[in-house]
Amino acid sequence: MLKSRIIPCLDVNDGRVVKGVKFQNLRDAGSPVELAAHYEAQGADELVVLDVSATRQARLAMLETVEDVRKQLSIPLTVGGGVGSIEDAGRLLTAGADKVSINSAAVRNPDLINEMADRFGAQCTVVAVDAKRDTAQENFWQVMTRSGTQGETLDAAWWAGEAQQRGAGEILLTSFDRDGTRSGYDLELMDAVVAACSLPVIASGGADSVQHMVEAFEHGAHAVLAASIFHDKNMTVADVKRDLAKLGVEVRT
Amino acid sequence: MPPEIQIINTGVANIRSLQAAFDRIGAAWKLTEDASAIESASHVVLPGVGAFGAAADAIDQLQLRNAICARLNEPEKATLCICLGLQLLCNASEENSDRKGLGIIDATIERFSPNVPVPQLGWNAVVPHESCSEQKFEAGEAYFANSFRMGSPPAGWDYATTDYDGGFVSSVWRGKTLACQFHPELSGKWGQALLKGWYENA
Repeated sequence: MLKSRIIPCLDVNDGRVVKGVKFQNLRDAGSPVELAAHYEAQGADELVVLDVSATRQARLAMLETVEDVRKQLSIPLTVGGGVGSIEDAGRLLTAGADKVSINSAAVRNPDLINEMADRFGAQCTVVAVDAKRDTAQENFWQVMTRSGTQGETLDAAWWAGEAQQRGAGEILLTSFDRDGTRSGYDLELMDAVVAACSLPVIASGGADSVQHMVEAFEHGAHAVLAASIFHDKNMTVADVKRDLAKLGVEVRT
Repeated sequence: MPPEIQIINTGVANIRSLQAAFDRIGAAWKLTEDASAIESASHVVLPGVGAFGAAADAIDQLQLRNAICARLNEPEKATLCICLGLQLLCNASEENSDRKGLGIIDATIERFSPNVPVPQLGWNAVVPHESCSEQKFEAGEAYFANSFRMGSPPAGWDYATTDYDGGFVSSVWRGKTLACQFHPELSGKWGQALLKGWYENA
């Protein structure tokens, strides 16, 4: 049986991890390479590195970061953020990513999903869906692009299904409303996406406890992405997995 | 000089992770498209990510089919086939039924049923079958990324199984030839031990 995955996420700007990371026993808490090694040693099942750079110069540093992380990481590495073309994706894969996540560029040009799946395979084509609850309509979530600054006229659940039709292998689903709120994943959003799409879904946005993760798995998530629960709460990946196992979630030991 | 691993460069596989894994265990490697090196080298890897048909075409365009088959027919040569590499050992695949595999194993690779999410993406247990004459690796958890599978164990090979969609053959081996449906290079310490064992004991 497939294990439920725990995926820490590093936001990287210009070769440095950003978002107050508070780790003990690290010489340099801002180094993606050190943090990646740290998470792998704790039992992380995969790692996601998101490029949050605002400048072209900083984005170029990303390839070097991916190369450095790859050298010592023996678990899968997904890289996303600012991937605009098949050439961008190819460069990240050559640098050592195993999967590439696309968001705004896929909304602008959905054929990019088909091209990536054809050229590199479904297993490395991840479509990131940022979804914002529509307050006017019940159970409707709008797709957001450009780091959540732009609302699209796209139904998030429909878009996840469309991504599957076009050859994507995995959906990284972030609740725009819950991100940073620590109030748990948006489980209704998870239900809507799982009903529309049978791909593995990674739940993201809102986790503050192991209980929140259990809920996401119960609602069909294959994996949970988390940053602040590890960064701010001083819980290790090993702590989280031990508690999940106690609650009946099958995790990799 | 430790032996150098020849990685067959089909051009369709993303093999940076594999190279990094070999670097971590101190194994030298080289990409090759050279038929005589593939036939005679001490260690050869047939990697594989991507589609069955594209990989079969690449092997034919590089005129490597005979060399790879000759090598695989000598199981005492150390050959490691990863992911699609395992599928290519078979006659054919439902993925591209008009293309021929290497035909070393008399089987057709099948698609997972609609009852499970496809691709199988993530970690799953790999358990060597109790009938095995030789233990190539301990039972462990491995990273998979596959939409197709080998359904039943081939005659004359030891094998391991994995529970997904009713179960499938996740690894086969005979002599010093080892094929894995999973990615040992992405399977943490367990995968690293498997690579090291293949490299050092072959």
